Amino acid sequence: MSLKNNILDLRKRKEEIKKGGGEEAIEKQAQMGKLTARERILAILDENSFHEYDIFVEHSARDFGMEAKVLHGDGVIIGTGTIYNKPVCIFAQDFTVAGGSLGLMHAQKITKIMDHSLKMRVPLIGINDSGGARIQEGVNSLAGYGEIFFRNTLASGVIPQISVILGPCAGGAVYSPALTDFVFVVENISKMFITGPSVIKSVLGEDISMEDLGGARVHAEITGNAHFYAANEQECFEQIKKLITYIPWNNEQKPQPFPAKPPKKVKVEKIVPSDPKLPYDMRDIIKAITDGSDFFEIMEHFAPNILIGFGRMEGETVGFVANQPMVLAGVLDTDSSDKAARFIRFCDAFNIPIVTLEDLPGYLPGVDQEHSGVIRHGAKILYAYSEATVPKITVILRKAYGGGYIAMNSRHLRADFVFAWPTAEIAVMGPEGAANIVFRKEIMEAEDPEAMRQQKIQEYKEKFANPYVAAAKGYIDEVIEPEETRSRILHALKVSKNKNISMPVKKHGIPPF
Amino acid sequence: MAEEVKLDHLIVQGAMYKTTLTAKFKHRKAWKSPNPNLIYSFIPGTVIEVLVKPGQKVKQGETLILLEAMKMHNNIVMPFDGEVVKVNVQPKDLVSKKEAMIEVRPR
Repeated sequence: MSLKNNILDLRKRKEEIKKGGGEEAIEKQAQMGKLTARERILAILDENSFHEYDIFVEHSARDFGMEAKVLHGDGVIIGTGTIYNKPVCIFAQDFTVAGGSLGLMHAQKITKIMDHSLKMRVPLIGINDSGGARIQEGVNSLAGYGEIFFRNTLASGVIPQISVILGPCAGGAVYSPALTDFVFVVENISKMFITGPSVIKSVLGEDISMEDLGGARVHAEITGNAHFYAANEQECFEQIKKLITYIPWNNEQKPQPFPAKPPKKVKVEKIVPSDPKLPYDMRDIIKAITDGSDFFEIMEHFAPNILIGFGRMEGETVGFVANQPMVLAGVLDTDSSDKAARFIRFCDAFNIPIVTLEDLPGYLPGVDQEHSGVIRHGAKILYAYSEATVPKITVILRKAYGGGYIAMNSRHLRADFVFAWPTAEIAVMGPEGAANIVFRKEIMEAEDPEAMRQQKIQEYKEKFANPYVAAAKGYIDEVIEPEETRSRILHALKVSKNKNISMPVKKHGIPPF
Repeated sequence: MAEEVKLDHLIVQGAMYKTTLTAKFKHRKAWKSPNPNLIYSFIPGTVIEVLVKPGQKVKQGETLILLEAMKMHNNIVMPFDGEVVKVNVQPKDLVSKKEAMIEVRPR
């Protein structure tokens, strides 16, 4: 055989493998509105940048007649490529090959590319589309999952890890995405659950569809497992590529700066009603201070009473955490605490300064909240802010009451700069609640208790519901005019650039997970 | 602020805020004080056997029901000395979590 023939033979082999599970399986995949694994990788990466490895890997199953079966690439594609010319590692499970089921070699391909991403300090993108463990491979499948979870954990906080759920991801398999930083789901395509509808039906007699149990909307809205929700795969890929622009390649770098851009001109003081009981959309405030009025929101549909996401200020990525008075008056609760705390930890791990915009009446009251553990969930936010060493800036717009005041990156948790608008009310609780307690006797004994209550509320308001009591103690650094918000934050970010503080040496903390 | 947003009310520490409510908040379960005379299923499962009848006197710790859940047989026992008032389940019934399976009363 001449060299030419060798080359032709190689090409033929590769062409064969690239057919994945064959035309029929690919047709089925398309009917479900799904792209193939290869198409997905090519859609996410820069043109002509994808380089594949382990294409000739074969499965190692030797039982149940599996030895005679050929599974191209063992149902997963791994490789490296670039996004906006920066390197990433990527894998995509191929549902057309044995349902993307995970066996020993399949898992070894994934862990190989995971090891690469950690060694090379580049982000990892994992596309999940798999029926689950390959039953015929028995405990080897479980071993494979375990090796993946272990690597997810090792890489956590070192490189950004992105999971894209583009098909089923069931049973133990769900824990890899759950260990990663950002999970993307797509309507009608993503399905995630520990036990599926059929098991639930047989054991519990409860009838539920896959979509209602663990569809994209469920995870974006109810469980909080997903960070980004898209109507179709293309939109999902755009979201991934946008996210990538805001985050650094690893924990030793900063996000890439962009050219500075002013926000659209709006009067911020016109957005916020002076009555602290009236709502407004906090997104309008964020967009009034970010470059190009761009706010890339994360977990938009889950716990919408708190907002998290990225924006840029003079070209630099900033992580925003903000109470949303438009939903549940912006209270903290179990879900919003989880949502904010994890985001704060991401920002801290990846050198992204945090700007906190505060306007909340406190914690959500209720038996369900207490019984679902608002104490331990709420503690996460305190922990996350306290341990964060990136620049931390707080602006108090209106209400900052009680435990909510402390939790939202207060001076006491080592905020670097705390600003307050003149409308800020920094107090142990709102005037209504406080007056009822402090002046209980006077109100009860008054001829007209309601009139007395109103009078005392007013008295308390004048005395405590302002930023000056806290300013007099230095708990806030400056009372600023609303229109100064952007310029003050910009300056604070500028002088915080070389922030360098050290924490007590320890193996690791024990956050209230 | 978009005008078409329909606002609800939420009371936090005596103050009434105008805001929107989430579906999760609206669907939260109202707290009900548990009735000590109702024996609830602590886990979803299948009733294997009912060992008592209405009117029967039962001592504390005696088994009332065998409930299979997660491939385990669980003894559902009498919490105090008393009498069976009403049995709401029979063998092969599928029960969900927190279903009142038996009503009893102390002696």
